[in-house]
Amino acid sequence: MSQGLLTVSYIAASVLFILSLGGLSAQESARRGNLYGVAGIVIAIVATTLSGQVTNLVALIGAMVVGAAIGSYVASRVEMTEMPELVAILHSFVGMAAVLVGVANYLDPRAAFVGTERTIHEIEIYVGIFIGGVTFTGSVVAFGKLRGIINSKPLMLPARHQINFALVLLTLWLAKPFLAATDLSDGMVPLLFMTAISFFIGWHLVMGIGGADMPVVVSMLNSYSGWAAAATGFMLSNDVLIVVGALVGSSGAILSYIMCHAMNRSFISVILGGFGVEGGTVVAAADGGPKDVIAASAEEVADMLSGASEVIIVPGYGMAVAQAQYPVYEITKILRDKGVNVRFGIHPVAGRLPGHMNVLLAEARVPYDIVLEMDELNHDFPKTDVSLIIGANDIVNPGAQDDASSPIYGMPVLEVWKARTCVVLKRSMATGYSGVDNPLFYKSNSRMLFGDAKKSMDAVLEQLRSAG
Amino acid sequence: MRIVIPKEIYEGERRVAASPDSVQRLIKLGFNVAIESGAGAAASFPDGQFQAAGAEVIADTRALWNSADVVLKVRPPMANAQLGLHEADLLPEGATWIGFIWPAQNQEIMDRLVARKATVLAMDQVPRISRAQKLDALSSMANIAGYRAIIEAANHFGRFFTGQITAAGKVPPAKVLVIGAGVAGLAAIGAAVSLGAIVRAFDTRPEVKDQVKSMGAEFLELDFEEEGGSSGSGGYAKQMSQAFIDAEMALFAAQASEVDIIVTTALIPGKPAPRLITADMVAAMKEGSVIVDLAAETGGNCEGVQPGQVVVKNGVTLIGFTDLPSRLPTQASQLYATNLRHLLTDLCPKKDGQLVINMEDDVVRGTTVIHQGQISWPPPPLKVAAQAAVDTSKKAAPAAEPVDPERVAAEQNRSILRIMGITGVLLLALGASAPAAFLTHMTVFVLSIFIGYMVIWNVTPALHTPLMSVTNAISGIIVIGAMLQISAPSYTVEFLAIVAVLIATINIAGGFLVTQRMLRMFRK
Repeated sequence: MSQGLLTVSYIAASVLFILSLGGLSAQESARRGNLYGVAGIVIAIVATTLSGQVTNLVALIGAMVVGAAIGSYVASRVEMTEMPELVAILHSFVGMAAVLVGVANYLDPRAAFVGTERTIHEIEIYVGIFIGGVTFTGSVVAFGKLRGIINSKPLMLPARHQINFALVLLTLWLAKPFLAATDLSDGMVPLLFMTAISFFIGWHLVMGIGGADMPVVVSMLNSYSGWAAAATGFMLSNDVLIVVGALVGSSGAILSYIMCHAMNRSFISVILGGFGVEGGTVVAAADGGPKDVIAASAEEVADMLSGASEVIIVPGYGMAVAQAQYPVYEITKILRDKGVNVRFGIHPVAGRLPGHMNVLLAEARVPYDIVLEMDELNHDFPKTDVSLIIGANDIVNPGAQDDASSPIYGMPVLEVWKARTCVVLKRSMATGYSGVDNPLFYKSNSRMLFGDAKKSMDAVLEQLRSAG
Repeated sequence: MRIVIPKEIYEGERRVAASPDSVQRLIKLGFNVAIESGAGAAASFPDGQFQAAGAEVIADTRALWNSADVVLKVRPPMANAQLGLHEADLLPEGATWIGFIWPAQNQEIMDRLVARKATVLAMDQVPRISRAQKLDALSSMANIAGYRAIIEAANHFGRFFTGQITAAGKVPPAKVLVIGAGVAGLAAIGAAVSLGAIVRAFDTRPEVKDQVKSMGAEFLELDFEEEGGSSGSGGYAKQMSQAFIDAEMALFAAQASEVDIIVTTALIPGKPAPRLITADMVAAMKEGSVIVDLAAETGGNCEGVQPGQVVVKNGVTLIGFTDLPSRLPTQASQLYATNLRHLLTDLCPKKDGQLVINMEDDVVRGTTVIHQGQISWPPPPLKVAAQAAVDTSKKAAPAAEPVDPERVAAEQNRSILRIMGITGVLLLALGASAPAAFLTHMTVFVLSIFIGYMVIWNVTPALHTPLMSVTNAISGIIVIGAMLQISAPSYTVEFLAIVAVLIATINIAGGFLVTQRMLRMFRK
């Protein structure tokens, strides 16, 4: 295949990738978008294989068959609650691949650049490996934390910011001997040393971030994996890699921005980590009033729901953990059949991944047109009869709006307390991730339904069914 | 312990201090419950329902009282003409009485109960703080009274409440004025609005304006500033200055000639009700108008109202019923029984059927007017209001910071300029030193970032997880880099490339398949 045909194939692949992401703008076009992506990658791989630069077909096909088998197996087995882990570990693969390709490219005896081009090429290798390394270990740690293998509490080394800063300086300093090296073995020493440092930075960076900030971390690593791919593209002078890297990099960056905005926190403060443990920010909400909650039984909740005409359900990660989405959907179905307008309100940071709650609800067969974003239904709460909060806490904390001393003050929240009655499903009176007390529970229109979310929902469902 | 619910003997009282539902729950708390035969009849709770709920139904009044450890009642103790005995004397020595008492007005009853060494919890003394709302029987009763006031008014009013245009002509909507937007006032507003009337409301406390509006009524305001605010303690309005009252009366006089129905709910605890509607105002009202005075028992807000009666003056019907809650007996009994059940749940923390009167608890302390034969009323004042005041000042602080939109815009402009400047310098430096091939790639890179930016903002947030998995898949394109090296004449490079191809393919296959699996789940 000629160079021209190869380039044209890459252009087609790039366009298909852009269409693939564009397809995700609506549920209707999303599946087609995914197929565009598949087509793009197949074209790119086939074109590269036929380009004449690949001769070792046995090794190539062997590796691809094994990889595809592993990938398909994992994709068909993964539980939807485990999506964050899967996404994290896939990021780490991109990071690792970037490191391997970078090192291989440096060692490849066929590459012969001179002068500025050589320097730029080596800088590209250096940068690509660095980003890949950070992405790799960072994603592995994120995977471990999401999986529960690694303690999700932020690791607080003394002077951790200084350590990271010093290591970045050291990385810059190591670039000098690397660029000055005249033969490969001279260059490999600083290169491998730098790789080790990038591994450490990735590990340390994510270790210092708490469990519930993982949505931001995973989006950030998504972005890094993109930049790693782009750096590899520069290194190989391959435009399709650059295009994909830039798309993925900006996608991850935008997701991180959306997450941070939804928590009213700056990106820097999330990355520096340690939220909820610094300088005693864990304070009870400054509510002078007495603290007493009104408990309700499943029967009362069932009565409230069947007597309502507008219901908004606000799910949090607690719902997914308890696997309560199935009875929740059954309840929704019964109520909708009775003519009750039931909708779901999703906060951007609910769940462990951006959009995670939507996937979990979709898995439980909840139709997506009744699952709305926070901004779409926040003004509807005053017209709502019952708001049902399942396993969510900080995202429905009224303190974020009216208590300036609250650590989460200013964070946008779902205004569930404006509904006529607000039913909160909760295991106990423990605080949420931010460690802030929630004045919602003490409001006079709040009712607490204590217990495991799944069991409580099953009980409510049973009541609704027996009531016919 | 044994809880006993006697039949109410006050004439015309249809309520009862228990419902079959509350009885069932009290039994679950470990109590033994007995009810007088026929106690719930007027509230449509027949004996059979109580029996089914697990209560013992006893016909012999004296035997019932004798067996009591706790008595639940609605009305305060009074002489039982049939037995020739006062209910306070029927109460076994040392037993507990829970019901409405009104200790300020009923000194004699208090003395009698003290003589019985009783413990008395007065439902009318429940502190009006948010924690005690679930046992606030006054609010429950006021809610019913407000609703019933509108029903009584409608009953005596000769026209529709709602406006209609019919073949037989146009019907204007009724205009309703509600004075006092407490629990009863708000309930009256709600009932009148849902019947279709045009509702206006007045209250001396401007802070209730939002509540009034949220119920669908217009809030009338005085062009007048009262010093020191107008909210008294415990959710009541306080007595106002003379100048304020004059302005208020002028407003009522103007409204009286306009509206069809007036509901007054102004009460000042422990004092006669304020006179708000004078005989002149009544005379100024249209023929057929109706006034419902919820304060008739304590003298009435309206001149000429007779407590417990309906009188017609100058064609205006004045309703002075003092038993409005009892006119909705089933509802009133249900709510009151639930209030009592909440109180008993609080008093029985171990759910073992034993009462624990914890005088350290603000709510219990306030409610208990006689503790083991010792008068404990009035209780020391609660300090909730002071804390609330501190809270408001704290909330006000952050809002005080002025934000000048122009300055913010200028700040933004400056930071945009700064970023552009820095980017420009960097680009110049790059352009001066980098080779042409690199710059071509740079063009592709920068443009792709912008395309990515535009495309990704269009992605619906509901699909952010599939977005992440699909970007995972396409970043597997890095496989191309590995493919180009797989044929390198070096085993190390070849090995590294094979590993890279393997893991990148996992990404491609895994990412696309899991995305497809997820997207298939989204359905309408």
